[in-house]
Amino acid sequence: MDDTGVHSNDIHWSASQTLGDARLVEAYRASTTRLLAHRTQAIGEVPGFERLRDRAREVKRETIEHLDYYLAQFADNVARHGGQVHWASTAEEVCNIVMNIARRAGVREVVKAKSMLGEEVELNQALEGAGIRPVESDLGEFIIQLAGDRPAHIVAPAIHKTREDVSELFVAHLRAERTVVPEELTAIARRALREDFQKAGMGVSGANFAVAETGTLVLVENEGNIRMCTTVPRLHVALVGIEKLVPRLADLGVFLRLLGRSATGQTLTTYTSLLTGPRRSGEDGPEELHVVMVDNGRTAALADAKMREMLYCIRCGACLNTCPVYRKIGGHAYGWVYSGPIGALVTPALMGIRQARELPFASSLCGACREVCPVRINIPDLLLHLRGEAQIHAPVEAASLLSERHMFRLWAWAMRHPRLYTLGTRLARWGQFLLARRGWIRKIPVFPASQWTKGRDFPALAPQAFRDRWKQLRRE
Amino acid sequence: MGKTRVALFITCLADQFLPHVGECFVKILQRLDVEVTFNPAQTCCGQPAFNTGFRDEARSVATRVLDLFDDADYIVSPSGSCTSMVRVFYPELFAGDLARLRQCAQLRSRFFEFSEFLVNVLKIEDVGASFRHRVTYHDSCHLLRELGVGEAPRKLLRKVRGIDLIELGDNQLCCGFGGTFSVKFPEVSVPMGQDKVRAASQTGAEYLVAADGGCLMHLSGLIHREGLPLKTLHLAEVLAQQEKL
Repeated sequence: MDDTGVHSNDIHWSASQTLGDARLVEAYRASTTRLLAHRTQAIGEVPGFERLRDRAREVKRETIEHLDYYLAQFADNVARHGGQVHWASTAEEVCNIVMNIARRAGVREVVKAKSMLGEEVELNQALEGAGIRPVESDLGEFIIQLAGDRPAHIVAPAIHKTREDVSELFVAHLRAERTVVPEELTAIARRALREDFQKAGMGVSGANFAVAETGTLVLVENEGNIRMCTTVPRLHVALVGIEKLVPRLADLGVFLRLLGRSATGQTLTTYTSLLTGPRRSGEDGPEELHVVMVDNGRTAALADAKMREMLYCIRCGACLNTCPVYRKIGGHAYGWVYSGPIGALVTPALMGIRQARELPFASSLCGACREVCPVRINIPDLLLHLRGEAQIHAPVEAASLLSERHMFRLWAWAMRHPRLYTLGTRLARWGQFLLARRGWIRKIPVFPASQWTKGRDFPALAPQAFRDRWKQLRRE
Repeated sequence: MGKTRVALFITCLADQFLPHVGECFVKILQRLDVEVTFNPAQTCCGQPAFNTGFRDEARSVATRVLDLFDDADYIVSPSGSCTSMVRVFYPELFAGDLARLRQCAQLRSRFFEFSEFLVNVLKIEDVGASFRHRVTYHDSCHLLRELGVGEAPRKLLRKVRGIDLIELGDNQLCCGFGGTFSVKFPEVSVPMGQDKVRAASQTGAEYLVAADGGCLMHLSGLIHREGLPLKTLHLAEVLAQQEKL
């Protein structure tokens, strides 16, 4: 599978691949069900959970509305504590900045903590191209790196892999003993990675939050690999999307109580690291801290009053776990790094609607995502907005006699003229005479209606429409 | 004061595919001494175009709705989808047009989905219905999440004489209809619906009830394709049932 670029417009093909694989179908069903159940349990333990969500949304709104101010404050504070701040407009710039830091220091191996942003800018490919070896230390990322795969979930990149799959990979690539016990699998990965932590000249991480008031990077994890990546190597490079900012240290009290619970049902993750600057003398830690602030399309979303809300996202993955579409088609079908409802927003917003015009339509607009979003992003509303954008900037070519736009123009014309509407439905009743058996149609030969009868029968139009029945009812 | 007068917004789907739902709607309200009117000039709320991203086309259809129902006391619809289109999305569709927004505000304050109208406006839960069968209820997404209506249908069903109402497993999970989603992504829409049908079958219910025509067409289509004994009914069709003497 090609692990670079955007393949979102292949969603029908990719979704079918997943849906046709019974093991994948079950893997997605089981893991999302488990994560959802854990979330429900965890949020039940917090009285005032809804108020936390309100507060979180308000803080994010404040931050995004004044992002220029908070970014400047954050950068000043990072520098004040001895860190170096770099600004990257594009994915290419991010990679160049990281590679330059690595080359200058003669780095040959990089240990990576999980960073979706790193995947977004395809950093691994760039490092490999420059002869620098990137090693993923997050277990999920380690697994997909061995498999040559892309992440299938924002929080659990290897969510689609069963224990049996993982064991196969470890046997094949690490010459490990075959086992399906999770603790043993983790231990195998730990042993393989231990040396890399020591050898690597540089650690690369993302950041869950960046506190403007203090210049602090906040990182959450369960394995301890982030602690290792960010403290053992001599250099630490943190990739931070500009939307990751929160104004004050005190705001973490809201976000940390929401993130773990929403993502995995944890009160707090095993480790929460607050990193402010490189090490001071006499301390453990990296000698140099480089913070790369990344745009890569985020300012375009910022400029759009409607899409700006998308930047509130704290990457918890709850929307994925609850989305009935994601739960069926899985993460790879979305064709890029971010999947599920948030992915259907982020991919077109950052990469352009033409690269992902199908994504906003891959939703039944059920609203389950909005219900679980810790910052109450109105995802269905934003999807509807993107559908409008898609029809303007990336319309589909006609698959039948009429383009979709023409079909709807005709439809609207009929809907505005009741006599046309009545004529049209009368014609449809004559037409269905040939197709309908006892009130049901098994197969409609005309696209797009033919898509309905692929998996279900279509009810025939009733012999008499309500409006005709009404005339009789009135007389009765 | 006089009788309460309700203008029926039948919805294009119910008009053409489920006219019996409209008949039951009228029957129930008349039983409750409510006068029902029907403006035959109505066609559609515009949601299919809006959901597909064709806002101009949606607006042209929605404008008619604003004008057609200018003078009704209440407008009631047997569909959470259409009701949420008017109450939730019309303001977005007419953003920037003050005159139309004023009409929207006027319309929204009088526009209700059927079950919420009965319970929240008429303050009636017992409509005198009788239906001695095991029934399970599916929450349509727009009704539940855009309009916040989840309790009203259940309150109404619980008062039906002889009914055996059993909660559907994962009742809040989308059935997979999603309007044009059903034909744009049938490979997902169908499995989602099959899960819903399976859950309904597991309750042992004879009838799967919902308050939205779209969900019902999708679910009944799946049930019929698979030849299952499960039957579907609109909420109005259950509430219209009475003791056979």
